[in-house]
Amino acid sequence: MSRAETGAPAAPVAAVRPSRPLWTLALFRSELTTTFRRWRTLALLGVLAAVPVLIGIAVKIETSDGGTVGQGGGGGEGEAPAFFSQITNNGIFLVFAALAATLPVFLPMAIGVIAGDSIAGEASSGTLRYLLVAPAGRIRLLLAKFTAVMAFCLVATLAVAVSGLATGALLFPLGDVTLISGTTVSFGDGLVRALGVAAVVALSLVGIATLGVFISTLTNSGIAAMATTVGLVITAQILDTIPQLHGIHPYLFPHYWLSFADLLRAPVYWDDLVKNLELQGLYAAVFGSAAWARFTAKDITA
Amino acid sequence: MARIRPTQVEDDGFWDEKRPARRTKAARYAVPVAVAGIAAATIGLVPALASSGDPDLPKISAERLISKMAASDTERLSGSVKITTDLGLPSLPGGGSFSDFGGGAGGEGGDGSSAAPENKLMELASGSHTLRVAADGPERQRVSIIENAAEYSLIHNGDETWAYDSKSNAVVHSTAPEGAGAKDGHPRELPKDLKDVTPQQFAKQVLASVDDTTDVSVDGTTRVAGRDAYELLIEPKSDDTTVGSVRIAVDADNGTPLKFTLTPKSGGKAVVDVAFTKVDFGKPAAGTFDFTPPKGAKVTEEGDHRRGGKDGMKDNKDAQEALSGLNVIGEGWDSIATLDGPGGASASPGKGDGGPGQDAGGFLDSLGKKVTGDFGSGHVFSTRLVNALLTDDGKVYVGAVDKDALVAAANKAK
Repeated sequence: MSRAETGAPAAPVAAVRPSRPLWTLALFRSELTTTFRRWRTLALLGVLAAVPVLIGIAVKIETSDGGTVGQGGGGGEGEAPAFFSQITNNGIFLVFAALAATLPVFLPMAIGVIAGDSIAGEASSGTLRYLLVAPAGRIRLLLAKFTAVMAFCLVATLAVAVSGLATGALLFPLGDVTLISGTTVSFGDGLVRALGVAAVVALSLVGIATLGVFISTLTNSGIAAMATTVGLVITAQILDTIPQLHGIHPYLFPHYWLSFADLLRAPVYWDDLVKNLELQGLYAAVFGSAAWARFTAKDITA
Repeated sequence: MARIRPTQVEDDGFWDEKRPARRTKAARYAVPVAVAGIAAATIGLVPALASSGDPDLPKISAERLISKMAASDTERLSGSVKITTDLGLPSLPGGGSFSDFGGGAGGEGGDGSSAAPENKLMELASGSHTLRVAADGPERQRVSIIENAAEYSLIHNGDETWAYDSKSNAVVHSTAPEGAGAKDGHPRELPKDLKDVTPQQFAKQVLASVDDTTDVSVDGTTRVAGRDAYELLIEPKSDDTTVGSVRIAVDADNGTPLKFTLTPKSGGKAVVDVAFTKVDFGKPAAGTFDFTPPKGAKVTEEGDHRRGGKDGMKDNKDAQEALSGLNVIGEGWDSIATLDGPGGASASPGKGDGGPGQDAGGFLDSLGKKVTGDFGSGHVFSTRLVNALLTDDGKVYVGAVDKDALVAAANKAK
């Protein structure tokens, strides 16, 4: 019989209570360190950081003969992805191009792995019960897991952005930034906007991250939770491209993902950005509370 | 394996009740459901609440409203415009092929011309688009089409006009002063057309056609982009036209048209719906009309662009030759344009419907409906607003009128 099952005796509880804030922080800290110390996490971050490097080298090679990217075929099909045509003129656009390229697949997939594994992974390796044996409380554990996933969202986005900026600075010239509205701003302003873009991209992932944590509370198999989360990312994006379903499009979490580009207009076009953040907040509220409902009522068998 | 049940965990009491029974466990799921429900209700109700309660404005006669609109001298404004068009054209894959239908006026030279305004104008002829407009007097205007992670901007500042397409990083520049390009024809006018996709310009075109063939009335009030407005209702008296009604929301303060809706007689969704979603009548921010081509951008000078596109010149000439055979029968809403082209290009009537000229060659044959009459036989091609009759002897009749009117016109011409 575990101690948890009989309920902790009164005295130890009294002893623990005063140090609760510290203990809370300790749990959060230990979650963060276990998440970021894993080889798997580091490998994911490495892959994400490699994407801008690959894009940068590819663009450099393609334009080494003085040509340009993104003007083939005179429009229509086969257009270069967003921001590619500006990379050769200003390295900072590699940040935006890399974020636009990783946001549909790489970033949510990495988030899906970390979020799907958060609870179910502990359950499948049999460590969840030990986490709960300590008088941490399920809600606090859930919050700690959630915080770790959010932190990963931010770090993953920053990995792409910083690697993009470094590669862009190495391979291409930097300088005043021409926004997509045609207005030219200083490089400093451009950097601030790049930071804002990274923040918006990280926040865009809140919806899928919360969804992943919820799915993770449903099963004891980490792999199943990861696969389901990544599957949902793909499904939602496929649904988002079917014109007949336009009625549900505004409620799909990837629908406003590309709105981060609106930060690069002058003046900034807020409508879609705000809608995106509201939608991510809604997903966080609905699936966050669902995860709470599930996790606090669940029998922990492993 | 020992089971660890939540009921027995000594929690920190942070929300958790002491002994949740099975029933209260299930009740927890009410929270996410409630959150989703509240969100759904908010999404459903807030717009309904916001749009309810039309503003209470003093009564105004249609004549006074029209003169107010005509007298409106709004020169400074900035805002967002949403334009939705549903012409009921057969759907064509991509905007690129749409521009192929445009009579070749632009001379699609392959490179650089993706920033050419005429191509973008064709894109606006279908679907829903968000535009940002800014104007500061007649010398400075700017229109941007908001696209996914890209933007197309048309900036007119003094005697310079820049078109910038951020997707391809291409620029089209023309310095010719207004009117100097007249002998060249099209290129000067086309950018202007794109500038004109605001409710004001649509309203102007319709008001020009207001005469005794039309019923005009004030149909209550409304709110557009947070501003109080009168709604002007224009209905053609004629039975032949396919135009059901035109509604123009006119700002109660300064008479600026804020919304323009054209509904076909067949009912359903509006064919053209142009409305401000945000509008500000203050002076646009400094720098709005400045443009420096970004480093490395492909800049096409309008002159070069035209001279370079040899095919474009030829196409243009063809189109002009074809247009020389253009006649207009009837007047007002019932006008029908006829064209003696050798089964070639057709033209839409000057009714501001934005319908692209269509290549009425073999391709459309498969889409037309066979009709016969005193004139012989031909095919009728229908959209939601514009119908076209292509007779077998190569005449084309186009108008915002129904099929029978076209046949009647063809019979009469015989």
